[in-house]
Amino acid sequence: MTTAAKTGTELNLIAHLLRRTGFGATWDELQECAALGYDGTIDRLFNPGEPEHMPSDIIRRYHPDQSITQIAPSSGSVWMYRMTTTKTPFEEKIALFWHRIFATGQTKLIQGKVMLTQIEMFRQFGLGSFRDLLVQLSQNPAMILWLDNQDNHKDNINENYGREILELFAMGVGNYSEEDIKECSRAFTGWTIANMPYMSIRMRNNTLRPYGYVAWQYRFDPDDHDEGEKTFLGETGNFNGDDIIDIICKNEATPRFIARHLYHHFIADELPVPQWPFEGPKDPEAIQLMVDAYFANDYNIGAMLRAVFESDMFKSEATQYARVKAPVELVVGTLRLAGGFDWPTQDIFKATAACSYMGQALLAPVSVEGWMGGEDWISTGSMVQRINFASDAMGDLTKKGIKAIIDRVSERHPVGEVAPMALVDDCLELLGALQVEPDTRKGLFTYARAQGEINPRTNEGARKIASVLQLIVSTREYQLI
Amino acid sequence: MAKQREKVLVIVQLSGGNDYLNCIVPWEDPRYRDARIGVRITEDEVIPLDNGLGLNPGMSAFKELYDQERVAIIHGIGYPTPSRSHFRSMDIWHTATPDRVGEQGWLGQAVRQLDPSGSNVVTAVNFGNGLPRALAAPGVPVASVGNLEDYGLLTGMSGAAQREQALSAFSRIYTPGVGSGMVMDYLGKTGLDALKGADILKQAPKLYESTVEYPDNPIAQALKGVAQVHFADLGTRVFYTVSGGWDTHTNEVTLQRGLWEEVSTGLRAFYQDLEEHDLGPEVTILVFSEFGRRVKDNGNGTDHGSGGVSFVIGDAVKGGHYSEYPSLDVGRLIEGDLAYNFDFRGLYTDLLEDWLGLDAQEIVGGNFEKISPFVDAVA
Repeated sequence: MTTAAKTGTELNLIAHLLRRTGFGATWDELQECAALGYDGTIDRLFNPGEPEHMPSDIIRRYHPDQSITQIAPSSGSVWMYRMTTTKTPFEEKIALFWHRIFATGQTKLIQGKVMLTQIEMFRQFGLGSFRDLLVQLSQNPAMILWLDNQDNHKDNINENYGREILELFAMGVGNYSEEDIKECSRAFTGWTIANMPYMSIRMRNNTLRPYGYVAWQYRFDPDDHDEGEKTFLGETGNFNGDDIIDIICKNEATPRFIARHLYHHFIADELPVPQWPFEGPKDPEAIQLMVDAYFANDYNIGAMLRAVFESDMFKSEATQYARVKAPVELVVGTLRLAGGFDWPTQDIFKATAACSYMGQALLAPVSVEGWMGGEDWISTGSMVQRINFASDAMGDLTKKGIKAIIDRVSERHPVGEVAPMALVDDCLELLGALQVEPDTRKGLFTYARAQGEINPRTNEGARKIASVLQLIVSTREYQLI
Repeated sequence: MAKQREKVLVIVQLSGGNDYLNCIVPWEDPRYRDARIGVRITEDEVIPLDNGLGLNPGMSAFKELYDQERVAIIHGIGYPTPSRSHFRSMDIWHTATPDRVGEQGWLGQAVRQLDPSGSNVVTAVNFGNGLPRALAAPGVPVASVGNLEDYGLLTGMSGAAQREQALSAFSRIYTPGVGSGMVMDYLGKTGLDALKGADILKQAPKLYESTVEYPDNPIAQALKGVAQVHFADLGTRVFYTVSGGWDTHTNEVTLQRGLWEEVSTGLRAFYQDLEEHDLGPEVTILVFSEFGRRVKDNGNGTDHGSGGVSFVIGDAVKGGHYSEYPSLDVGRLIEGDLAYNFDFRGLYTDLLEDWLGLDAQEIVGGNFEKISPFVDAVA
């Protein structure tokens, strides 16, 4: 990519960092971070302060339609609202990261509330020790029901969770044997849901609210736990689930696997996960950097990411715009640029539905394998959805984010009209220091020039500026992050 | 319109779970009356058929198609170990894969067989938002149309002139440049394919002339869109439409009747339109839902069940009943639901092999018993 906008290098780097660790930044947000500098912005990511979004109890009290968390669109929308309004988007980006890997779906659970509880757990533990996170995950009621661990009994194991924690959540294919899966499953026997017989009756009597309002709780059932000796990854002992997690976490395959996922989510699109056992990582040095940080910092995920953000590799041109935006990134990023929401409205449901039309139904991944990402997001159907969603949002002159951009253009050109090239560059910059190919910039210029006189202080001029914004968010570059 | 057209398949998906018992009603069966205390189609309301069965009172227009022997009713359709989750069960129908999570849609794979190089970007057209998983397969272009009249890219541009200029700029900035990389090239090709699809499809309403008035409801209007695109002869072979709102946990009798009125009158108008244009013989319709509903009502509605009913409709169809109505004996129910007695993958095989002339086995994952609903098996 060639820099088109007249912005400094550090500002571009900060914009890159904020796209990857959040949902992009408005011009004002960028200025705030510019005052802190690139390194100061990293510091703030890890000490973020208050999220300042509307608290859940207020949403439940005043916006009951957002609180019917039994069904996916509503609970997905609760999260959507939070992502579009939070002051600490890194937390949400981390939650999205784990939601994609530990992909749990309302499709099977039917109840949305337990899913939101799981997402909250990701926010809380997602940047900490991977060991703590795996313990939380193994005791998470949504995960237990999703992978049937309530049916994993000492005299009759169910391998679903025991297999996936190794294959999909922590290590990847090729780093353990079928025997290890069985032993792992034995160790997780008794990790179940409190009052399971009652819960399964509720489950069979499937109605709109199959679990009523009873929240599921994790319970360890010592009577159903296999106390026998187990041999797992070469170690033998009377292991419980925690011991298995310790053995998983100290195995080098684990940080390698997690690092590759982090690479895929924060650095550049990787191959689809099923190909990983056969094809090495795109950038082995980047993986090693994260593996070292993992062992040097007590399995800390945040330390792995911090090492990435501080590296020259992350700041290089090759890393910028090296990922296809996931639908949630596109939708949330666009809404935040347009000014977000002051309170929960029907538009939140529309935004959640739009993500689903683009192939990413929040809290409802198709399977435990999550979303592939990368080019998989792009099809003729999804392109129409992506382009029209983003350009519709930019065309709404009542939105405060759009007004702010037009006001700023007006401030920059206090007298008369704006020249087309200056307008294109202003718009690219005000949309969060976006960079585009020279050909794209030329195309945008041709469009702006065809609009004739553009005076930002007239209604007609404002509409024309908005239409330039609409075209910018329809570009190929805007599909990338 | 003398030209012989290729055969097309139209899907009508009833999302939410159409209650089989109150759709094809065993109204003379005392076990039906016992199970359905609060949510019953009474003998004054039912539209009697034969075999002691009757139609939902919302289906009078549907009855006309039935009387023309155009409707095959497939009883007790489902799959082993039924899921009562809407999403999962719909996904099973979409991917024809009940035992694990399927990767590709059955129709997406059919489109790939029909047009392996993806040369026609409108071989499949979906009416609705987003892409049903049934149509999803890597590299297979599918046009997903909300409303044909205003379908396209950058529809939110305020003025017509601005939009024209923006589309022209779009076309320019999506044309892959030299050395911009594989991802940019792929985005460029896909974006231009989407633009091309929109350009092709927008001809259809302009070419369309008809005296038929379609009812003003979403499914009827979607079927009108199908007619417009089919008449325009754009090479579309698979059409997808969805009717929503069938999840009748409450107020079922009123809701389901209203929904069937919409679907039935929409289908009747569609057939009148096909006849007016002499383009009926090339069209077959599949009507399906992800599951039937619980045998015993919950007072005011019914909860999720399993075994259900599907319909195949068309001039080429031998009208009548296929498979059997599952037993209402309490002892023969499975967890309170009708037992399925015909695997939907067999019906898919009929449609793929004997209607579209494709290789079904790979798509449905094996050999399944067919029902042979067509007058003359083709291909």
